[in-house]
Amino acid sequence: MSETRLPSSKRSGRAALDAFIGSNGALSVLVVILGFVCGTLIVLSVGRKPSGMYLALLQTLTGYNATSAVWNSRYVGEWLTASMPLILTGMSMGFAARTGLFNIGAEGQYIIGLTAAQFVALYFPAIPGLHWSLALAAAALAAAFWGGLVGWLRARFAVSEVVATIMLNYIAFFLSRYLTRLIPDANTYRTPSFPETALIPRSFLDPLTNHSRLSVGIFIVLFCVLLYWLILERTKLGFELRATGLNRNAASYAGISVDRSLTISMAISGAFAGIAGAIVALGSFNYGRVLGGYDNYGFNGIAVALVGNSRAGGTLVSGLLFGMLASAQPLMQSRQIPKEITWIISGLVVIFVSLRAGFRMLIEWRAKVAAARGQTDSEARDV
Amino acid sequence: MFRLLDMVPSILMMVAPILIAAMGGLVSERSGIVNIALEGLMGIGAFTAATVHTILEPSTSMSVWIALGSAALAGLLISSIHAFASVNLNADQVISGTGINLLATGGTVFLSQIIFHQERTEPFMLGMMPGPGGIYPTAYIALAVLVLIWYLLYRRPWGFRLRACGEHPQAAASAGIDVRRTRWIAVLISGALAGLAGACLVVTETIQYTMYTINGAGFIALAAVSFGRWTPKGVGGASLLFGSAVALSIYMVNINVLRDLPPEFFSVLPYVITLVTLVVFSGKDYAPAAAGQPYEKSGS
Amino acid sequence: MAATTDKQDTRSVSDGSEWAVEMLGIRKVFPGIVANDDVTLRVRRREIHAILGENGAGKSTLMSVLFGLYAPDAGKILVDGKEARIRGPNDARALGIGMVHQHFKLVRPYTVSENIILGMEPRNFLGEVDFRGAERRIAELSDRYGLAVDPKAKVESIGVGMQQRAEILKILYRDADVLIFDEPTAVLTPQEIDELMAILKRLQAEGKTVILITHKLREIKEAAERCTVLRRGRLVGTVDVASTDESALAEMMVGRAVDFNIRKKSPTLGDVVLSIRDLDVRGSRGQLSVKGLSLDVRSGEILGIAGVDGNGQTELIEAVTGLRRVEKGSISMDGRDITRVSTRERAGAGIGHVPEDRQRHGLVLDFRLDENLALRTYDRPPLLRRRFFLDFEAMAERARSLIAEYDIRAAKGPATKARSMSGGNQQKAIIAREIDISPRLLVIAQPTRGLDVGAIENIHKRIIAERDKGRAVLLVSYELDEVLALCDRIAAISKGEIVGIVEAKGVDERLIGAMMAGKARGAEMGMRKGAG
Repeated sequence: MSETRLPSSKRSGRAALDAFIGSNGALSVLVVILGFVCGTLIVLSVGRKPSGMYLALLQTLTGYNATSAVWNSRYVGEWLTASMPLILTGMSMGFAARTGLFNIGAEGQYIIGLTAAQFVALYFPAIPGLHWSLALAAAALAAAFWGGLVGWLRARFAVSEVVATIMLNYIAFFLSRYLTRLIPDANTYRTPSFPETALIPRSFLDPLTNHSRLSVGIFIVLFCVLLYWLILERTKLGFELRATGLNRNAASYAGISVDRSLTISMAISGAFAGIAGAIVALGSFNYGRVLGGYDNYGFNGIAVALVGNSRAGGTLVSGLLFGMLASAQPLMQSRQIPKEITWIISGLVVIFVSLRAGFRMLIEWRAKVAAARGQTDSEARDV
Repeated sequence: MFRLLDMVPSILMMVAPILIAAMGGLVSERSGIVNIALEGLMGIGAFTAATVHTILEPSTSMSVWIALGSAALAGLLISSIHAFASVNLNADQVISGTGINLLATGGTVFLSQIIFHQERTEPFMLGMMPGPGGIYPTAYIALAVLVLIWYLLYRRPWGFRLRACGEHPQAAASAGIDVRRTRWIAVLISGALAGLAGACLVVTETIQYTMYTINGAGFIALAAVSFGRWTPKGVGGASLLFGSAVALSIYMVNINVLRDLPPEFFSVLPYVITLVTLVVFSGKDYAPAAAGQPYEKSGS
Repeated sequence: MAATTDKQDTRSVSDGSEWAVEMLGIRKVFPGIVANDDVTLRVRRREIHAILGENGAGKSTLMSVLFGLYAPDAGKILVDGKEARIRGPNDARALGIGMVHQHFKLVRPYTVSENIILGMEPRNFLGEVDFRGAERRIAELSDRYGLAVDPKAKVESIGVGMQQRAEILKILYRDADVLIFDEPTAVLTPQEIDELMAILKRLQAEGKTVILITHKLREIKEAAERCTVLRRGRLVGTVDVASTDESALAEMMVGRAVDFNIRKKSPTLGDVVLSIRDLDVRGSRGQLSVKGLSLDVRSGEILGIAGVDGNGQTELIEAVTGLRRVEKGSISMDGRDITRVSTRERAGAGIGHVPEDRQRHGLVLDFRLDENLALRTYDRPPLLRRRFFLDFEAMAERARSLIAEYDIRAAKGPATKARSMSGGNQQKAIIAREIDISPRLLVIAQPTRGLDVGAIENIHKRIIAERDKGRAVLLVSYELDEVLALCDRIAAISKGEIVGIVEAKGVDERLIGAMMAGKARGAEMGMRKGAG
């Protein structure tokens, strides 16, 4: 069946090169390394010691403080805690991306989920187990609505989801502040404390992680990762969403309802971000917050999704990576490295990832070439 | 009624940065490159202007103007990243722009930490001084930019060719136009204007640069470009509308009737108006035909 | 009749005045493919010279080299006897070479005159663009060469014929002496083709040299004096057109005797399968693209819609397949009204659709072959398991059997990425998928666009085979030859209306051409119940 005529050694060499260029995993690794290299250069250029940055990262990952030779597993727990919302917001953007949508509204969907969770925490009867689970569910639903709204606007009015989600981010922020302040006995920055049953359980993890904030949420996150993969790769819905994402026209010609796909995709995408909001609200705090600023998980989720190439496994690893960067920030400050270096690295990584399109063009070109080669070799037979 | 007249200088103050940034976005999009990074570039401009002005203020009375110039330069330099990625490497323009936004937010605060040892710039004494009628010079700058861009796009050969690049780059190329170079210049102009816009914002509306200074103005400018149907007049009108909404949100507390509404209502107003206008006036048919699509040289 | 050929001669005949353009020993290689292999072309001054070859033969590449879009890997180019280095279109233009592209390079919102002056704008004393002066100059040029255009009209609002004349004026405005036309008649009605032929002769009379790239034998016989034939990147020979007949040209082009006649039995007609009555459909820009259209297709026949692109065929097909809303009128399948029914349900009712643009609408190029083949059937058992999950094994299995039955060449079998398949095989895959859902009606648009002769033959045979099995086939093609050869009945469409329906057997091509241009009306045949 093969129509190439190259000797087998050359063929396998070329195949390996194609596999590398085509392998998004390898590209992602390369991009991250590049980001760190640039970050290191920047730190050097402002006269700080990059070793501080790497020591902080080491401490975050393993809990080992190289300067004082002390282990503290709390750092590992904090790393995982910081990673949880990032993995989820990464999946939020990634899920939409697989359908061909650029959802940068995870920040707003996160806020809506967070707000809904806070309300359920305060107003739902204090039934153990059910209380926090329902809060999570409510968060997912509310955020799904917020996200689905964008999908609907896109399908119905051809409104660019890029600008619509950005506007909705700001609207969500102010809406959350307004609604949360309406709660009786709430002041300008917090509500009354939550009942114990509303909090995501963490006590049984305490001995493991030396009383970090790591909670059961980590298992929920892993479950979501599994769900992400399952829906997209194994179900009928996922097939439709992927087809819509890769070629909207062909999908509609085959009878797939593009409007429906876009809306459902944005809803599921929003739900992931909403769960992130709930996990933070009920896992890291025991009272409701009147948001004074953005937690920025939504925005950083963009970088997570891009590096993870919108795949389940990739997003998980990528989320852990960016979680590491985020939770290392206080450690960096204490070593005289301005913590914003992590943002700069994120931004650089995103830019480098955007160049992936250039690589993709290279791959397509080679595929076309292979097709043409097949054609010229066997034109008479290839009929 | 006379209250409204009082608000005119404030409205113009808010409109000016949005209009200048939107003009930059217009030029870029008419050439075929979508520049989502207006927000980040405005941030870079605001930071640069605040820093330069704070440092130079004691020494010279021209420091505000030097600050504006440096901001435009900074915006131009950083936008070259987007230009290179989008034009030379055919990168996904939305992703590349988003990357710059992230980079800008991080980079400006990072540099603030290095220079001022805090997460914001040191406040300056006096920003730009208002002129007659309480109207800031930035309003005149914005008007000048508007007229200049209109003239360049519709009367000069350069603008005539640029618009062709955005509609049908292959046609422009076959007419002998260097599409890549044209788009590069367009992106650099949008970067310079966005930087200038951020500078205008920071020296008129506030006393220092923080992470929250720009707060979506760049995205509102982007929305003004599409709402304004990609023409200078339209974008000017759209900027006026959106700028007024922002001004209203700040000064509404002064109007008795509305004082009882929650403060969030006013803050959210510009974003809601932007969203609603986008929905109601969804004008996808008016966009430059090739905007956002990577340009690939091909044979016949 | 035997052909007289000039043998390849790479020595330059340096009597400079005889040859306008000489391309000697041109070689152009793209990775994995030799597009031009040692090709020599000589064009006399003031001649109309045709370059003939089928899709993929290398004619466009050769002309792109001449026009400066590609640099040759080997060989020389001489213009007017002097060696020339053409590094880009600007160099070509400076030498007086201009190209009218197959896909017009016109900026739609700009006017005709704006398009013509783009890149070489007349200026006033302030350096501003002199739009008024441009319009005057265009009017002058237009008169001189007899190319009627409206300088003030926007390109998006003028017809294809005027667009093409604008393209020609573009290169005349730049004082071109050598005009290259790339497949100029693909988008024209027969009448417009006649007009173009007259334009070519007029250009020749004005002292211009014309190079015509085409695969249409008839046009070569009509217009050209000499013809260079390319096959698979190589020069076959250059012949004198007057003394070479079409079948000899065809044989040179394809490499074997080609029988362009499609043999088919008379149709065995059954019931009416598709019935369209008084259809009004609005196009994307709000205009009425289909007006009061009525049509019947019976099982066992191929009904062809003949017309030039842009007369409503696309919107008609979209309406029939459920992709576009119907404003007025009705569509029925086997007696059941499906006017408001979704695309998916129509597939269930028995409509298969092979779309015009296989890469944009027919396939998800980044999907595998088996996923593409499953695009119509993934939502039902056996490919759907337990209501939500897909059975990928079953998908691959079904793909394997389709691959075997339709002889689809794919390097990795069902796992092949559609993107890496050749055009012919991609088309075969789409056809396989649509026929596999056992439709009562097959709607096919532009089935052989961009394919080589071998693939074309294969697909034509398949379409006729399906018709012989009793399927109803609605065929839309912009190639009148294809319609004439394949169809049993032909409906001519012009500006959204069916101008006439005729039996294909023994029809006068001129009549169809006139109907397509809206200049004649034909009998409405086969419309009444019981007729046929």
